[in-house]
Amino acid sequence: MDGNRGLHYEENLLWEKEYSDHPGVDLPPVEITSLRTGQDARETIGLPQLSEPQVLRHFVRMSTWNYSIDHGFFPLGSCTMKHNPRLNEKLARLKGFAHIHPMQSESTVQGALELMHELQSWLGELTGLPGVCLTPAAGAHGELAGVMTIRRAHEVNGQAQRKIILTPDSSHGTNPATAVMCGFEVRSMPTSETGCLSVEVFKEALYKTDPNGADIAGMMVTNPNTCGLFEKEILEISKLLHDAGGYFYCDGANFNALVGKVRPADFGVDVMHINLHKTFSTPHGGGGPGSGPICCTEELAKYMPVPNVVKEDDGSYRRETMEDRPTSLGTLKAFQGQFGMHVRALSYMKSHGADGLKQVSEDAVLNANYILRSLCDDYHAPYADNGPCMHEALLTDKKQKQHDVTTLDIAKALVEYGYHPMTVYFPLVLPGTMLIEPTETESKDSIDRFVTTMKKIAQDAQEGKAEEFHNFPQSTPRKRLDEVKAARQPTLSWKHVA
Amino acid sequence: MRYLPQTQNARKEMLKTVGATSVDALFRDIPEEARHDKPFDLPNHQGELQVERDLSALSEKNISAQDAPFFLGAGVYYHHVPSSVDYIIQRSEFLTAYTPYQPEIAQGTLQVIFEYQTFIAKLTGQEVANASLYCGSTATVEAALMAMRITKRNKIAIGSVLHPEYRKVMDSYMSNLSDRVVFDGEPDEETACVILQSPDFFGNPQKYDEWRQKCDAVGALLVVVINEIVSLGALPPPAQADIVCGEAQSIGLPMSFGGPHLGFFSCKEKYIRQMPGRLCGMTEDADGRRGFVLTLSTREQHIRRDKATSNICTNQGLCALAFTVHMGLLGEDGFKQLALLNHQSACKLADALSLIDGVDIENTNFFNEFVVTLPKDSSVVVEDLATAGIIGGYALDGNRLLVAATEMTTDEDIEEFVHVLSEIL
Repeated sequence: MDGNRGLHYEENLLWEKEYSDHPGVDLPPVEITSLRTGQDARETIGLPQLSEPQVLRHFVRMSTWNYSIDHGFFPLGSCTMKHNPRLNEKLARLKGFAHIHPMQSESTVQGALELMHELQSWLGELTGLPGVCLTPAAGAHGELAGVMTIRRAHEVNGQAQRKIILTPDSSHGTNPATAVMCGFEVRSMPTSETGCLSVEVFKEALYKTDPNGADIAGMMVTNPNTCGLFEKEILEISKLLHDAGGYFYCDGANFNALVGKVRPADFGVDVMHINLHKTFSTPHGGGGPGSGPICCTEELAKYMPVPNVVKEDDGSYRRETMEDRPTSLGTLKAFQGQFGMHVRALSYMKSHGADGLKQVSEDAVLNANYILRSLCDDYHAPYADNGPCMHEALLTDKKQKQHDVTTLDIAKALVEYGYHPMTVYFPLVLPGTMLIEPTETESKDSIDRFVTTMKKIAQDAQEGKAEEFHNFPQSTPRKRLDEVKAARQPTLSWKHVA
Repeated sequence: MRYLPQTQNARKEMLKTVGATSVDALFRDIPEEARHDKPFDLPNHQGELQVERDLSALSEKNISAQDAPFFLGAGVYYHHVPSSVDYIIQRSEFLTAYTPYQPEIAQGTLQVIFEYQTFIAKLTGQEVANASLYCGSTATVEAALMAMRITKRNKIAIGSVLHPEYRKVMDSYMSNLSDRVVFDGEPDEETACVILQSPDFFGNPQKYDEWRQKCDAVGALLVVVINEIVSLGALPPPAQADIVCGEAQSIGLPMSFGGPHLGFFSCKEKYIRQMPGRLCGMTEDADGRRGFVLTLSTREQHIRRDKATSNICTNQGLCALAFTVHMGLLGEDGFKQLALLNHQSACKLADALSLIDGVDIENTNFFNEFVVTLPKDSSVVVEDLATAGIIGGYALDGNRLLVAATEMTTDEDIEEFVHVLSEIL
């Protein structure tokens, strides 16, 4: 498997290499001769053994098979793949942040607690929701914290009969999964032809099993939604929900369209999560770590998880406990969240400031609209006639499908032409959707080149080059991979084959 | 505004293409009442130098493990991370990549996950491992939830002293999810699983055979929780368990005030369809060449929505990479040697502390952490030690103190600790 041709590398697994007789680290000799573990020593584990240059080369070679935001445009809808400043990496590695322990005396970590407190203030101000809990580890974990907060509030207020969560069919899969995990029943609401939730549809769902909506715990809505549109009737919808005694959970995945410009509290949100790895640019890292703080109203702040950081009258900081806030639902993660991500996010916020963050959402929205208008003749753009989109442009493969070219083929053609594809087949409200989120960190030139490529793809599809599409990508380290085979007989770890 | 590439001219041209008179026109769907017309109560943008100064000033208010003799463990450990690890995880190709949903341009991330899964499976003596979870505490909850799905029972028995933060997280999840019971003690016929932390929170390594039998007698699963993954280089693996999970921060990651860390999760192969989290599997491409993809995603929320095994969406990708690079450097001999050096440091620390009048070692057995009893209240002692510039462990109830030592602990650290502690007592 090893080898390369030009700059194309093949690299086998660590276990398939010729092992060294010494490891890639030099450790001092062990002096003790007997163990006080009360158990036998560990026998052979079955690990490889290589020197440092071999290990370094292994990972560097594998890295060349990855596409990343530093390589190029990454228009992945709902994922906000924006530039990741290296300043944030540097600051998270300062010894006073990287090498402190979560259970040290609070007197020895005042700077870290102050940083968390400051981040809480920024998030509270930007969302208009003053109760901020930084502990959730990722977006889905934030959703869990938020929905549990709603559950806890109803429980404490003698409203435990509220068992239904409303969510549009355009929502992220994590929304219904979270609601069910928290013991709720999910009632899905169809998206209307305009790509939004209508008051009529909402009312029907709200009063379906109780004339006053007294069995409704709340709703989970992404706004702007996953069709790329702001929910125009959200004020009326949130008022009806509140009148019925339900809470509004907002999935914050699309906050990049609003940051520094619109406060979710002002359109009726009671609790939302923020993806620090989206809006506030902590790196995606090939799938984590994320960070998903929640922000909520003063009313719901009584129920959100502990701990958050409070400032004492003497100017010192401390983490609150259940004794401070006995109505809290408890603790959802050991310690206080992905602190390293908190450092990065605050560094990013301070760099942008209030003026910069406003420019972020404005450029993100302008870029998406520019793509929408540039491509709406070449691709079916279901909502383009109704007006502007927010920070995401939604297209479908309706026109290309007539020529046997599908969304999957378009995605793989983009891969061939050097792009990461947009989000495909999501949202589920229409067949063959393509959700494009350029973010604010692309220049016009970069977007123009993407548009040109998309136009070429549309042209090729129309010219009947379907066969060529089905074989894309050709120039990548691997061609299309057999996912059925992977799932049929899963091989999830390396096993020595004699 | 150094992170924004658009120029004023480009914005104007783009607005023209869009057919809008101003950027605000693009926000027209937002009702008037929902717009925020006042300025935010936040400062404006700052240059890199100023941000660096501000955050550095905050960092300097903390006492880091690099500045003080350090004996705190309790589920998060101060270890050495080789320079190559941090170099690799800062490469753009790994740092700024997305979840590998497009496998043709993410084979780097995918092969790393496959190697990570192999490391975890081998270390824990299990057949399969997932691509990682948020942290040890949430991994433990996921293990309990998985055991409940498999057995269709709703009671969780805690078999040994579980990390108090993990216990809080377990209690919070279970009490907020629905009627689920968490209790200390031995399993009965309604018990889904026994959660057995080893070494337990007080540092005592557990023996698995006895618990395996207790579980088998009532049809419960055995879940072993490992707080300190380095211990698996010195202790026998929990091969008797059905699920092994815990915290792998010790390999490749700084303590970072509690996160991001690395939750690991492995189990018997027959349970994979009930496993939470991402999985990477081996397959072939159109030319028959070996490649890797995320697989069995029919368990996951983006496919199954309300019927998913868990709402988890992400893993700790970059943390798993750090772990994999560090494990690659350690290898078979290095990993075991590291474990023995940790044990050796703890033995030295125990011997030195036991010579102080009134100080006793509670543990007969331990790996790199144990409990000492002091002649006075341990929380007072910890504060006094901090004042003297020593991070002296975790204060348990009354006079008990939990102390840890790793390969970072020097003989001089131990001498200073003994000296200052003797004076305080």
